[in-house]
This record gives sequence, C-alpha cells and structure tokens, in this order.
Amino acid sequence: MNLLYALATAILCGIGLYLMLSRHLVRMALGVSLLSAAINLVILQAGRLGAVLPPLVAEGAATVAAGTANPVPQALVLTAIVIGLALVALFAALVLAAWIKLGTLDTRAMRAAEPTAAAEPGPAPDAVKP
Amino acid sequence: MTAWWQATAAFWPVGIPLAGAAFAAMLRGSVQGQRRTTGITLALLGLASLLLVWRVVADGPFATGFGGWVPPLGLVFVADRLSAALVLVTALVGIAAGLFARADLRRRQERGGFHPLFLAMLGAVNGAFLTGDLFNLYVWFELMLVTAIGLLVLDRRPTQIDGAIRYALVNVFGTIVLLAGIALLYGLAGTLTLADLARVVPALPASPALAIAFAFIVAGFGIKAGVFPLYAWLPASYHTAPPAVAAAFAGLLTKVGVYAALRLLTAVFPGALGLGDALAIVAGLTMVAGVLGAASAWDMRRVLAFHIVSQIGYMLAGIAIGTREALAATLFYVVHHIVVKANLFLAAGVVNRACGSYDLRLCGGLMRERPWFAALFAVPALSLVGVPPLSGFWAKLLIVDAAFRADHVALATVALLTSLLTLYSMSKIWSEAFWKMPRTGRPRPRPFDGRLLLPIGLLGAVTLTIGLFAEPLVQFARAAGADLADPARYVALVLSRGEARP
Repeated sequence: MNLLYALATAILCGIGLYLMLSRHLVRMALGVSLLSAAINLVILQAGRLGAVLPPLVAEGAATVAAGTANPVPQALVLTAIVIGLALVALFAALVLAAWIKLGTLDTRAMRAAEPTAAAEPGPAPDAVKP
Repeated sequence: MTAWWQATAAFWPVGIPLAGAAFAAMLRGSVQGQRRTTGITLALLGLASLLLVWRVVADGPFATGFGGWVPPLGLVFVADRLSAALVLVTALVGIAAGLFARADLRRRQERGGFHPLFLAMLGAVNGAFLTGDLFNLYVWFELMLVTAIGLLVLDRRPTQIDGAIRYALVNVFGTIVLLAGIALLYGLAGTLTLADLARVVPALPASPALAIAFAFIVAGFGIKAGVFPLYAWLPASYHTAPPAVAAAFAGLLTKVGVYAALRLLTAVFPGALGLGDALAIVAGLTMVAGVLGAASAWDMRRVLAFHIVSQIGYMLAGIAIGTREALAATLFYVVHHIVVKANLFLAAGVVNRACGSYDLRLCGGLMRERPWFAALFAVPALSLVGVPPLSGFWAKLLIVDAAFRADHVALATVALLTSLLTLYSMSKIWSEAFWKMPRTGRPRPRPFDGRLLLPIGLLGAVTLTIGLFAEPLVQFARAAGADLADPARYVALVLSRGEARP
C-alpha cells in the first residue's frame, strides 16, 4: 500500500516536473498544479498511512485511543491545498495577462524584462541622441 | 507579572500590518483612506517593533505560545535577539518605502492595490522572522510570495508581467521544494516546532530521507535567498517593480531566506555546519557571480539587483564559517545590508525622476545640479563598498575577520576581491549618473519632488549611525551569535519558559 502510494506520488511529481520544463506557459501552470498536488500527497504519507480510526478523544479519556489516524498532516494538507489553489489561480491569472499584454505564451519569445544582448549594447557613442 | 502589552509583544509586529492590510483592502474605493491607513499602520508597526526590541534587550529572549497550547503542541512565536533586530529593521524599511511611495506612486498604482499588498508583505516578513514553527514559516513564505507578485505587477506593464512570471515560476517551485522537505522532515521527526526539531533531529540516525529533507529545505531557502546557482530570477524581475516596491523587496525578501537558513542550519541541522566547505564554495561563487553580473549591466536597478546576489554571498559566508563570531557578523551584515540596499533602490527611483531613465548611459550631470542628492547617494553607495566609517566597513571587517580566524583564507580573499569589483560598479553608477555631462539634449536634470529625499536621508542617517556607533550593535550581534551557536539555549527558551497564554 505504502509502495503503491509512493509510486503514484512519484509519477505525479514526474509529470509535474516534465510539464514545468516546457516552454509553454499553460503547460507550466499545469505542471505547478500537479506538482503541488503531489507534494500534498507526500505530506499525507509523512503522517503514516494505515490507521482509519478518527482521532477523537472518547468521553472521559485524556488522550486518543491507540491506532487512531494522525490529525496533524491532515491539517497541514488542508492548509497546503488552499495555498496551492491560490498560487495556481494567481499563476493562471499571470499567464492570461501575459497572453493579453505580450501576445505570446512561448517563454523564448518573452524578452520584455530581460532584453537580449543585441538590444542592450555597451556604452553609447557620444553622438547618440535619444 | 508582565503587563499584557509586554506579554503580547511578539504578536503586534505581525498583527498590526495584517490588520492594516485588511483595513486598506476594505477602503478600496478611497485612495486617501488607504494612505491614512498605511501611515497609521506603519507608525504603529514602528512602535511595536521598538517595544519588542526593548523587551528582548531588557528581559532577554522570550517565546509566546498561542491559543493556550503549551509548546511544542501549539504555534509559538519566538523573539530572540536575531528576530527582534530584523523586525526593527523591517519596520524601518517599511516606513522609508512607505514615505517614498507616498511621494512617488501615481494614483493608478495605488488603486492597483499597493497599500494592502505592501502592508500584508511586511506582516508576512515579520511573521517569518518571529515564528517558531517550520510549517508556519512556509505559510509566511507563501504569503510573501503572493503579495510580492501582486506588487510586481502594480502597473500591468508588459515588462512587469514578464518579470512577475519569471519571479513566480522559480519561487513557486522553491516553496514546493521547501514544502516537500518539511513533509519529509515531519515524517522523520514527528514535530514541526523548531525548538522541538532542534532537540529531536540531531539525535536521529543518518538516513537518505534525512539527507533529502535537508537538501530540499536548503534548496528552498536558497532559491528564496537568491544563492548561486539559483539566483537568475532575481535580476530578471526586481528591476521591473516601482522603486518603493523594489526597495522593500531588495531589502527584505531575500534576507528572509538568509534568516531561515541561518535559523535552521544553526538550530535544527548543527551537524550540517560541518558542510562548511561546500557552503563556503557556494558563498564565494554567489559573491563573484553577482558582482560580475553587476559589472556588465547598464540599467541602474539591474546593477543593484545583481549586487543583492553578491551580498547574499557574504551572509552565506558567515553561515558557512559557522563560528560564534561569524554568526554575529552575519547578523550585523544582514542589518546593514537591508538598510543600505533599500536606500540604493530608492536613490535609483530618484535618478529615474531626474534623468527620465534608469539607463546610466542616458543620465548625467547630477553632481553639479543636485549636489544634495549626490551626497545622499554617496552614503549608501560607499557603505555598500565597505568604506570606513560607514556600516558596510564594519560588516565586511567582521566577516573577513571571522573568516581569517577560522582559517577560511580563500573565502576571505574572495570577499575582499569582490569588494573591489563592488567599488568598480558603484563608481560606474557614480561617474555615469553623477559626474559625466549628460549626453541627452537636456542639459539640466528634471526637477523632482523634494519629499523623495526624506526616506533616503532617513536610511542614510541610520547607515551613518551604525557606522559611527558600531559598538552597541556589535555587542548585540555578539550576544545573538552566542545564542545561535548554542541551540540548547533556543530549545530551553521555547520548551521550558514558553508562556502558555499571553
């Protein structure tokens, strides 16, 4: 069970990384969302799989009974899912803005912030007028 | 018995800016109301930071648990000397950037959400400095990332969209890697409170999982801090933001990564300080790569952005050396660097106002026409290079001295040579923008709002004060370095003295 789960997580991570290496922004966004989903699964596994009893303290008892599920990773995953959703949504908005403002989704064509060497020459000659 | 405002001292530097951000977001329709909110919030933040530093100096470091939980069960904020000093500097930079933004930002940019995003970013930075919980640290990193992306695209210009995408991709990947590392570490140690980790992790047997968790966490912080070879996003994006925003970024964001690495490597992975040689090589390469990039750039903000990378190398060098003196030197360096770098980015904004461009080649004549501004620029520029008696001299002296004491001669040599190259690129800015006659048709610089010089003067005065009265800060840094070098103190502070409820 653990191995199968780890294998599935690894495959998800692999697909996410492969997509992030793409030059196409939409594929990158999909890669980010897959990768963050895969890491959420890693958190869940970090809390050990197997136990199915809900972590509730019985009436009169001071602690949870033995063999209950670990609630901490579930709380962490919940937080991470919400954050991941916000990040993917924000990144998707950025991709949309790039398509509208830059007219391309190919990262090779995006040189607005960092002009190529040809566009940024050495010291200007004295005769240059702006 | 401590009064309520003493007991909650660690909460206010985070709570005040977050509340201010929420308030400013509600005042979306009224720019005037947002400005007032920012002003009041920054003033209160300054007071809260002073209170925190005062309490830490007077009573010593303290920890505050939230919600009635006793550490390590609940969330805990830890205010030691390192955190308190960084919180105070954050407030200072926030105030300076806020003053500059008030005079510089156009109404459209303010409507674009500057006020709530800026305040939330300050809250997130303080949260990262104060939290004593690893997962909480990750959450503050994410909040910093989201607000930083919002601030980067304030104008929605194509360059900003492009820069923000470069920034977002690398940093989102960085936080994902960090989260993976945190998950693995939790799986091994079963706790996320830093003090508890500091107790448990060094006792764990060496295993591949521990090594991978360590590598992921360090890589995540490395991306955030802009360490070689993970720095390319930084000079690709910082220069697209408005100057007030770029100043806050340049001063604060990468330093949170440095702080986190400093905290984790000293407390949770003290064994990793044996990796000093590998870290020292990375530190040296970071210094050199940054300063060479700066030497080849002509956009003033890109010169400065490359210098951030170079300076991160110095801080990393302090961590790599890892002795008590070196850790103290790192704290001194971070404080000095935050003030100076934010100031230089503000000065770049004024240069743009005067010359109409950030391109140094198109600029000139500022020395003759704007001598006051030239003098104000000279303070942080010379301090960055490390000219006595400014703060940068002491910072570099402490680092190089610690390196020689620990027999890191190569690292000290690289640090000194990097200073020389720093001098080269600062003198490039000086001779191009200030000394040479302007090459454009316009013989005189444009007039600019005198209020822009106020925050530059404020930060310059701080630089000068640190430089002339270095002794108290050095003493403070030494005490902080002694705390860092002895993680048992940190553990005892959180786990035994934690005040269960404010």
